[in-house]
Amino acid sequence: MEKELRLMKGNEAIAEAAIRAGADGYFGYPITPQSEILEYLMEANPSRTTGMVVLQAESEIAAINMVYGGAACGKKVMTSSSSPGISLKQEGITYIAGAELPCLIVNVVRGGPGLGTIQPAQSDYFQATKGGGHGDYHLIVLAPASVQEMADFVDLSFELAFKYRNPVMILSDGAIGQMMEKVWLAPQKERSKTYPEWATTGKPPERERNIITSLDLDPYAQEQFNKKLVAKYNEIREKEVRYEEFQCDDAEYLFVAYGTSARVCQKSVQLARAQGIKAGLLRPITLFPYPSVRIGSLAEKVRIILSVEMSAGQMVEDVMLSVNGKVPVFHFGRMGGIVTTPDEVVDYLKSKIIGG
Amino acid sequence: MAEVTGIKEIIKPENLAYKRTRIMTDNVLSYCPGCGHGTTHRILAEVIDEEGLQSEAIGVSPVGCSVLLYHYIDIDWQEAAHGRAPAVATGIKRLLPDKFVFTYQGDGDLAAIGTAETIHTCNRGENILIIFINNGIYGMTGGQMAPTTLPGMRSSTSPYGRDVKVMGNPLKITDIIATLPGTYYVTRQSVHTPANVRKTKKAMLKAARYQKLNKGTCFIEIVSNCPSGWKMTPVQSNKWMEENMLKYYPLGDLKVPPEETVQNANNPEKK
Repeated sequence: MEKELRLMKGNEAIAEAAIRAGADGYFGYPITPQSEILEYLMEANPSRTTGMVVLQAESEIAAINMVYGGAACGKKVMTSSSSPGISLKQEGITYIAGAELPCLIVNVVRGGPGLGTIQPAQSDYFQATKGGGHGDYHLIVLAPASVQEMADFVDLSFELAFKYRNPVMILSDGAIGQMMEKVWLAPQKERSKTYPEWATTGKPPERERNIITSLDLDPYAQEQFNKKLVAKYNEIREKEVRYEEFQCDDAEYLFVAYGTSARVCQKSVQLARAQGIKAGLLRPITLFPYPSVRIGSLAEKVRIILSVEMSAGQMVEDVMLSVNGKVPVFHFGRMGGIVTTPDEVVDYLKSKIIGG
Repeated sequence: MAEVTGIKEIIKPENLAYKRTRIMTDNVLSYCPGCGHGTTHRILAEVIDEEGLQSEAIGVSPVGCSVLLYHYIDIDWQEAAHGRAPAVATGIKRLLPDKFVFTYQGDGDLAAIGTAETIHTCNRGENILIIFINNGIYGMTGGQMAPTTLPGMRSSTSPYGRDVKVMGNPLKITDIIATLPGTYYVTRQSVHTPANVRKTKKAMLKAARYQKLNKGTCFIEIVSNCPSGWKMTPVQSNKWMEENMLKYYPLGDLKVPPEETVQNANNPEKK
């Protein structure tokens, strides 16, 4: 089967990519602006073609625990939601991280806090990258900036999740979830017929029983486990950083932005350069691990760094840690479901930073 | 009080009245003396072994006194978050439909924090077995009021007795479960006498066989005791359970599979 070109919403692209990636199961609950993922899968009905299970759960809490059960069987399973629903999933996510289970969680972010708005935002950065639930853990976080990446990151997420036995989050937003773009879809992969050796699949006589748990009542053993997680996260930091640079070579003013804001800032770079301002953009593709080393080295060449995000300023803290005081770091972004415009970014750079 | 040194002399092969169940592990049970969990574990292990399900079984343990259940029976296990075992079991069974999947949950886990998961799993008719231990108290956390604590019953969070006007009524969740079309077999048993142990085992055997036939959710409540939480001796607790718990939670089948009803009608002596 060849690659296939289609015009799709970001949410639809994730759903179709999940089928094609050979996913075994999807468990979800409706919430705007991501319900198309569940709707698309229900209509596609992959149980007839690949055998993929699709189930609408009674809540986000149930859905993430179904993911736990399926992931612990060594299956490729996923769920999706939007901000308030992701908050509900946090209990299950920390158990999944604690039990070291691979899975994919998609967050099509909307504005908050609380019920907030159904419009796009990037205000779940802290929750996604710093753990989200209780206890010391990290998700691997991928930030797509196009419908193409919504599709491509599904397969990548499963690959990383199984490689590190760690949950992976695709941190998207309502704009990328809802907008339509052309997308090249990968050929259909077969669902895996083998199981990892740790999976609970029924204990054959020749092996020890497999136990999936995040519990250890012995604090010394728990600390050893925590150290094992730290070592895993450090390995991920070393090997899995992904980012993209746009006109950074001679940049004096560096934007750092991910997802929708990166799309906006790409235009801002062009607008600024048309006015003689040498701007560039670094787009983190992985938010955990964060491209701190690259931002740190760019900080030695540029005058200032402007973090642009649709939030009150969350990723800017990671930019500051990466820069470590080498150059001034600023934050700009709209909130409440408003998408920043390219002109606003340039105006802020000119009036508040260069002229300020 | 018997001398501890004397115990070794008593535990000799010739003195053993019965053998350890084959698939029970050597781990020492974490339960208080007289608690019904140990008996129920043994019944469950016997049923899994006798039905040849050891290599098929995937159990889901809860949060509560039986949180460490995975240490005691030699099968594959998953440990779920508090109340979420039915959702976890749903995920397992949907992806591995040929396996024998069950949850083992207490009253706080199943009937308080996990009410939604319990009801909806049964309502979907997930083809799993739910074993529900009801001792009317939160044992592991130290004897707090449970959704099934009886009116007037004392606990550490109802020290003057459960006042139903303030604290609500004990929840007969098994009665609700029995009304759901997704459930196939719903029964309430106990393990406090040898006769009740036999009945509970029979119920579990049936449930295991129904699951092989993809009949829907089987739900077995086991009304049990909590000597430590109730602050009684094991003997006192069983007596109190009979006189109080079983009045509120009467033993017997709440939902009998249709063909069994037909079968029983044809063979009246089987009833």
